[in-house]
Amino acid sequence: MTDSQTLGKLNKTAWQLRYDIVEMIGIGNAGHLGGSSSLAELIAVLYFNNMKINKDNPNDPLRDRLILSKGHAALIQYAALCELGFFPRTELKRVKSLGGLLQGHPDMSIPGIEAVTGSLGQGLSIAVGMALAMRLDRKNSRIYVVMGDGEQSEGQIWEAAMAACRFKLDNLTAFIDCNKLQASGTTKEIFEIPNIDKKWQSFGWKVISKVNGHDISQIIDAIEEAIQVKGRPCVILLDTIKGKGFSFAENNPAYHNSTLDETTYYQALRELEMQKMGSK
Amino acid sequence: MMERISLRKAYAEALVEEGKNNSDIVVLDADLEKSTMSMLFKQSFPERFFEMGIAEQNMASVSAGLALAGKIPFYNTFAVFATGRAYDQIRCSIAISYANVKICGSSCGLSDFGDGKTHQSIEDANIICTLPNMIVLNPVDAIETKQMVKWMIGYHGPVYIRINRNELPLYTDSGSEFELGKIHSIRKGNDIIIFATGVMVWKSIIAAEILETKGISAEVVNVSTLKPLEKSEIIKYVNGKKAIVVTEEATKIGGLGSTIALMIAGSVSLPFEHVAIQDKFGTSARSYEELLNYFNLGEADIVSAALRALKEI
Repeated sequence: MTDSQTLGKLNKTAWQLRYDIVEMIGIGNAGHLGGSSSLAELIAVLYFNNMKINKDNPNDPLRDRLILSKGHAALIQYAALCELGFFPRTELKRVKSLGGLLQGHPDMSIPGIEAVTGSLGQGLSIAVGMALAMRLDRKNSRIYVVMGDGEQSEGQIWEAAMAACRFKLDNLTAFIDCNKLQASGTTKEIFEIPNIDKKWQSFGWKVISKVNGHDISQIIDAIEEAIQVKGRPCVILLDTIKGKGFSFAENNPAYHNSTLDETTYYQALRELEMQKMGSK
Repeated sequence: MMERISLRKAYAEALVEEGKNNSDIVVLDADLEKSTMSMLFKQSFPERFFEMGIAEQNMASVSAGLALAGKIPFYNTFAVFATGRAYDQIRCSIAISYANVKICGSSCGLSDFGDGKTHQSIEDANIICTLPNMIVLNPVDAIETKQMVKWMIGYHGPVYIRINRNELPLYTDSGSEFELGKIHSIRKGNDIIIFATGVMVWKSIIAAEILETKGISAEVVNVSTLKPLEKSEIIKYVNGKKAIVVTEEATKIGGLGSTIALMIAGSVSLPFEHVAIQDKFGTSARSYEELLNYFNLGEADIVSAALRALKEI
């Protein structure tokens, strides 16, 4: 059981990450609001509770690594790295601008980013390579990889899933952000993948499913359980809401990659303010 | 008859040799280790060899992960699969990331003569040359192959190396070291310059000997770095010549011929002939030379090209 002080701190962090997303998108610019905000709690837990990382030594060979395979959710990763001090806040407002540090998708030029992602389906393979390297060097680092539920139709994921199991990579933990929406509509109507949990099980993975991806305590417990698994990798299926935290965007396919106008921008800030008051 | 040595054996022996001194070197293969000969590394360092199964896309991205975590991965399979099957993985996981991955495209060009168009790679170097951050190497013989492997380990960044399947004559000075982008003259001559790469150096040398009997003095140079290629290196060999021939075992579109032509256009005004594959896929044959001749890549074709360039036919 996670103590209430830690829970309160991490919930506050998730709130801050959502706030940063809105700041980054601003008025009149497009950004992946939906798939970024569905990950706020997971990213808060990983970066602010579980991962060994050090902003003053971002290339520490003993660090843990997070690969955001669903690279279009870059904004949530940028928010976390900024809050951790990897780059100054001024960069947030310059996201996706010519000459800015923060690219539309994660890039190695950004401090704290571990891999180039955005072309979907490649993150798990990269994570497998890193996990193999850690084992060769007898380092205790953990490799975390975050995939989307729509991304599961990429064939390379299943090549990587087989490889991770064949090499018995228990230093690798994968997450699937099951927000049930993808770029063109619901995952059900676009390309439904039934029994996703059974598929991963049949590929030899330990599967922890039905985890509420917006419940910090459940996420922490699932990761604890995953770390205990020996001899094989573990995948955690997070039940999430795309656009979580913003009523106009929740479960709304239009907010996969959308522009905030003046109305929605201020509404987003108002709703964040109310959430802040509600949590006190 | 000149001594011929296997490039793939030389490649794998070099990996084993370098693997002794550098424990960061790891090798991956996609169920073709007997063919690529990466099995020699597997036998020497089983814990640093990864059999990835027939899954080239995963192999490319896993290599990126290994590199980003400090290893020096060499991934091996046939050239056509190493590049074409894993193109976007090379692009995103490796090239954009500047991951220290070494890609070995074995059985390149038409060198897998029996297996036909699905296995013969006529465009692998062309497409990888279009990717920023990539270096593309095409060794002429076993000696240069070994020198290149050594160089690749010392260089931090992604490299694509093509390896011919067959035994080829030796031209490289065993006392030298590979220098990126440097073009070496294999045979001196005054009338015409033949820029050749890979197996075509051998064919061009034979052509030059035939031209000699016709009173034409041809210089043959080995262009073993396909990228990066400097204009100054090209111009150095063009100066004083009456005509230019480029020979390559690849599709004529977007390869060495195009690169050199674009480089010198506007500053050199000389007849230019290009001996390459004419926008066609490969086909099966019973021998390598039979196939090279079929695609007009034989010594007779180079002689004709030279004579055309010199307006002697």
